[in-house]
Amino acid sequence: MDLMVEVSPRRVFANGHTYHINSISVNSDCETYMSADDLRINLWHLAITDRSFNIVDIKPANMEDLTEVITASEFHPHHCNLFVYSSSKGSLRLCDMRAAALCDKHSKLFEEPEDPSNRSFFSEIISSVSDVKFSHSGRYMLTRDYLTVKVWDLNMEARPIETYQVHDYLRSKLCSLYENDCIFDKFECAWNGSDSVIMTGAYNNFFRMFDRNTKRDVTLEASRESSKPRAVLKPRRVCVGGKRRRDDISVDSLDFTKKILHTAWHPAENIIAIAATNNLYIFQDKVNSDMH
Amino acid sequence: MFARGLKRKCAEDEEAAPAYSLQRQSLLDMSLVKLQLCHMLVEPNLCRSVLIANTVRQIQEEMTQDGSWCVPVPQTAGRASRDRLVSTEILCRSAREGARPAHDPGDPASELQVVPAAQAPGAPPGGVWDGDGPRENRGSFHKSLDQIFETLESQSPGAVQELFSDVDGSYYDLDAVLTGMVGGAKSGQDGLEAFAATAAPSPSAGCKSDLGELDHVVEILVET
Repeated sequence: MDLMVEVSPRRVFANGHTYHINSISVNSDCETYMSADDLRINLWHLAITDRSFNIVDIKPANMEDLTEVITASEFHPHHCNLFVYSSSKGSLRLCDMRAAALCDKHSKLFEEPEDPSNRSFFSEIISSVSDVKFSHSGRYMLTRDYLTVKVWDLNMEARPIETYQVHDYLRSKLCSLYENDCIFDKFECAWNGSDSVIMTGAYNNFFRMFDRNTKRDVTLEASRESSKPRAVLKPRRVCVGGKRRRDDISVDSLDFTKKILHTAWHPAENIIAIAATNNLYIFQDKVNSDMH
Repeated sequence: MFARGLKRKCAEDEEAAPAYSLQRQSLLDMSLVKLQLCHMLVEPNLCRSVLIANTVRQIQEEMTQDGSWCVPVPQTAGRASRDRLVSTEILCRSAREGARPAHDPGDPASELQVVPAAQAPGAPPGGVWDGDGPRENRGSFHKSLDQIFETLESQSPGAVQELFSDVDGSYYDLDAVLTGMVGGAKSGQDGLEAFAATAAPSPSAGCKSDLGELDHVVEILVET
């Protein structure tokens, strides 16, 4: 039995953007929201469709001087005047709307100095932040770049407080990934309700979870073959040479067309939504499933 | 295939230096073609274009510091440019056969036809690799890079012509690049699939003829 869903637009907020929109975020005041494109961020009122306020504009006077674009943005979960936006150079800017009408000057700039030992022609591309999410507490931010997820403390701009490797085995394959454009893939990231676990997608329909307290991580797969209803997901492993276990996948057999770009975690329960190509998977933990 | 992220190797390693420079040149060529293809889309991905352009600039800066715009030994250069000559000629021959009789200045396929003309048998293949070349090449290279963002904004059919009229055709090792791109077309989001998709009715009348032609070129590429 297939469920058909038909949608109809309730409101259309038109003509606000010249460039591709990459994020929208509803404010904690539940009255306003912002939308961000490559070069600008606009503030809207949910009930007013024909007017918006431009709050960030990084378009240079001369487009030839353009070297950085906005990649993601989000409102702070509690302070309705604060928002963050990320850039293609890996920086985060926290802005306060009360400071100025046009938030061109950030309140805080979060940027990690480059690691000179890992420098390559691809350093900038892999540092580009594809997603930024505030923790539910409002105290931290989670960012995703091509190879890692990072946790930042709002009180410390110099560097992230935690860095987790999502698929470091791809570091030696960057040139091929640049050639086939995979290096430009934009993965999302998510916090669990208590901010103790973070999650993000990867290739081969794998997604990863990192427990910030125990420092343990797991790789799981979202696919029809390995997911029957009520079945428990088996941890997967990518082997990079050395000892190989039976069900390990080698790096070279990863399917780069099966990418999990979109993931979401229920704000209160341990239920997650994973988008794998044209399939949506909903997983919940065993405790949950027993209760329901 | 490539060294780990193309890191800078020790200058004392005589064998590695030319290999690194070749890889770097290849990366440069690949990037320039990516930019060109980016630009041909109806709705170019600005983030991707900016990242690729920055990569190109980085390579350019390093090559300037090295003082090396040219690298391969004369015979390699000759062989390499002859290979390029063959591949682009084949490409253009097929495209020409299927092309419309009217010559459209904004026609991307006609841009490809310009390349073999520039490298006619009479012209010395080593011309690109001259010591004098660098400043000239750097100038035209710089200009084309800067023009890319202007033309991203304008999106006029004539812009493609304008953009690449000064760029030395030998930058494009299309053979290697296109092999890579066609191979990656299945997995690439902004790859050649996007062209096929945009061959459908497009909003701008000026772009329509370009895309129709491009679609045809793409078919040829996939077949070869």
